[in-house]
Amino acid sequence: MQLESLYQEIILDHYRNPQNKGLREPFDAEVMHVNPTCGDEVTLRVALKDAGGEPVVADVSYDALGCSISQASASMMTEMIIGKTVREAMEISAAFLTLMQSRGAAEPDEDMLGDAIAFEGVSRYPARIKCALLGWMAWKDATARALGEQAGNGGKATGAGALNGRGTGGEQVNGQAGDGQAAADAAREQT
Amino acid sequence: MTATGYLAAGSSAGDGAVTAADGGTADGATAAAFDVAAVRADFPILTRTVRGGNPLVYLDSGATAHKPRQVLDAEREFYTTHNSAAHRGAHLLGEEATDAYEGARARVAAFIGADPGEIVFTKSATEALNLVAYAMSNAATAGPEAGRFRVGPGDEVLVTEMEHHANLVPWQQLCQRTGATLRWFGVTPDGRLDLSDASALINDRTRVVAVTHQSNVTGTVPPVGEITALAHSRGALVVADGAQSVPHRPVNVATLGPDFLAFSAHKMLGPSGIGVLWGRRELLEAMPPFVTGGSMIEVVRMEGSTFLPPPERFEAGVPAAAQAVGLAAACDYLDALGMPAVAAHEEALTARALDALGAVPGVRILGPLTTEHRGGAVSFTVEGIHPHDVGQVLDELGIAVRTGHHCAWPLHRALGVQSSTRATFYVYNTPAEVDALADGVRQAQKFFAR
Repeated sequence: MQLESLYQEIILDHYRNPQNKGLREPFDAEVMHVNPTCGDEVTLRVALKDAGGEPVVADVSYDALGCSISQASASMMTEMIIGKTVREAMEISAAFLTLMQSRGAAEPDEDMLGDAIAFEGVSRYPARIKCALLGWMAWKDATARALGEQAGNGGKATGAGALNGRGTGGEQVNGQAGDGQAAADAAREQT
Repeated sequence: MTATGYLAAGSSAGDGAVTAADGGTADGATAAAFDVAAVRADFPILTRTVRGGNPLVYLDSGATAHKPRQVLDAEREFYTTHNSAAHRGAHLLGEEATDAYEGARARVAAFIGADPGEIVFTKSATEALNLVAYAMSNAATAGPEAGRFRVGPGDEVLVTEMEHHANLVPWQQLCQRTGATLRWFGVTPDGRLDLSDASALINDRTRVVAVTHQSNVTGTVPPVGEITALAHSRGALVVADGAQSVPHRPVNVATLGPDFLAFSAHKMLGPSGIGVLWGRRELLEAMPPFVTGGSMIEVVRMEGSTFLPPPERFEAGVPAAAQAVGLAAACDYLDALGMPAVAAHEEALTARALDALGAVPGVRILGPLTTEHRGGAVSFTVEGIHPHDVGQVLDELGIAVRTGHHCAWPLHRALGVQSSTRATFYVYNTPAEVDALADGVRQAQKFFAR
């Protein structure tokens, strides 16, 4: 069955035993992203630290509701990027995005992506790509907000994904809506 | 002069292949005569294979239905023979296109027991619902005849928690534009409308009640007739969303009783890109337009314009004539089967699905567990497996379902689930396909237990 290429063992492992799940203190920014087509959601926190003038991903924690692909992807992402410089993590993120958009035609960069090459099968199922990217886009958005906060006014940045945000009414978004620009950028990349 | 366009196509639409239930079989007892094999032979797409070389088991007609060759032929015949812009053109083709378009309007009217002048073609059921909601806020600046459509601060717009977003968001937006208050019927744990406080929710401040005629998630059929009687006793308008009811069972607007009914062609074997708003004539006559432009005007001057009577007032732009013709052919097809027979066929499939899925450990069916006041949408959760993952395994087996919140996010929240897997049935589905669904769910459980 083709399914095994989509649901590789390491993906199911992360799904059953997610890493870094559960929101943690301290953090510099928190975002909530939603996949509007299925309702899957992730709330993600980022803490940055300065290492010799370069921002480093000190911590990423999250809480999420979603399918195996989105849960495993978020879990694996945290393992890959915690401790990396933001620049390195952004490069990994870009490589992952490229892999997802490859329709199965890419030669995944194992040095860069490590275990995340297991998601190669996802790229053959266009409907699932957003699942795999949900956590990554939330991380990019949170990081952009955290960097913005570091550069400017103090206090924590919180927000909901602008395009992925909750527009169905009645429900309080998590924190302030923020300017949403980073989320908008992230969402554009996603599609 | 020979019949053209829809009329010509229509005469061949209900022909030999549709042998199941021709004239005079207007009772549910004809279910046994429903020849699903003959129906399936009319749907070319059902012969293709999907992932893994599997035959297609299409259980997603609630999203969009497949088209029989009679509908495809009718649309093609319009384009190949009569294509022109209806209601324009000083030429024969224009006349034929107009005849075809207006013939289609009459055919659709007959399908729901309405007058042709009460049928407004829109681009979708969603647009039909928006048409009413926007007309109600446009009424603020229209003439005195539009008075009964006006809403403002202190007025209430009543919806339900089980609405498709298409019959919820336009009303939220209407309230936002006008300052009216949105209220809603809740949902009981078994997926019925909670009408316990109906007499309080429907009050003298209520201006409009928007309610589904069949939930696209749970299949629940709310008592639209009772709600309408209550609403009318308080002077409120009733807008029914028939997107999931009109394709699946006999609907007669005179006996159902609402003021407006919206539905779409593509869910009832017709083409995409066309929907219908039925409205009571006296209401349509008093209602201001939503979309404006060509085709809907009476006199245009630089200073301002006047508008045509309904239905043209609500049909700006070149009409979707080919789509209307296709929809009319779909009405022919369904009436040849007999809507009572269609409903009985789907009820049998739904009962089988409720039994078969209900017997799978870990499966929770959302909504009513019997077919009483319930149509053929069966949504469910599988313990420990996300709906998207359930759907993926089913897809691998060739079984097409929908996963997610099905554009009814508040309903899912009310039922305490984030999302679900949904199977919907139509004329071409078989008991064996229902069994394949239940078996597929078991295979999903096996796959994710590995």
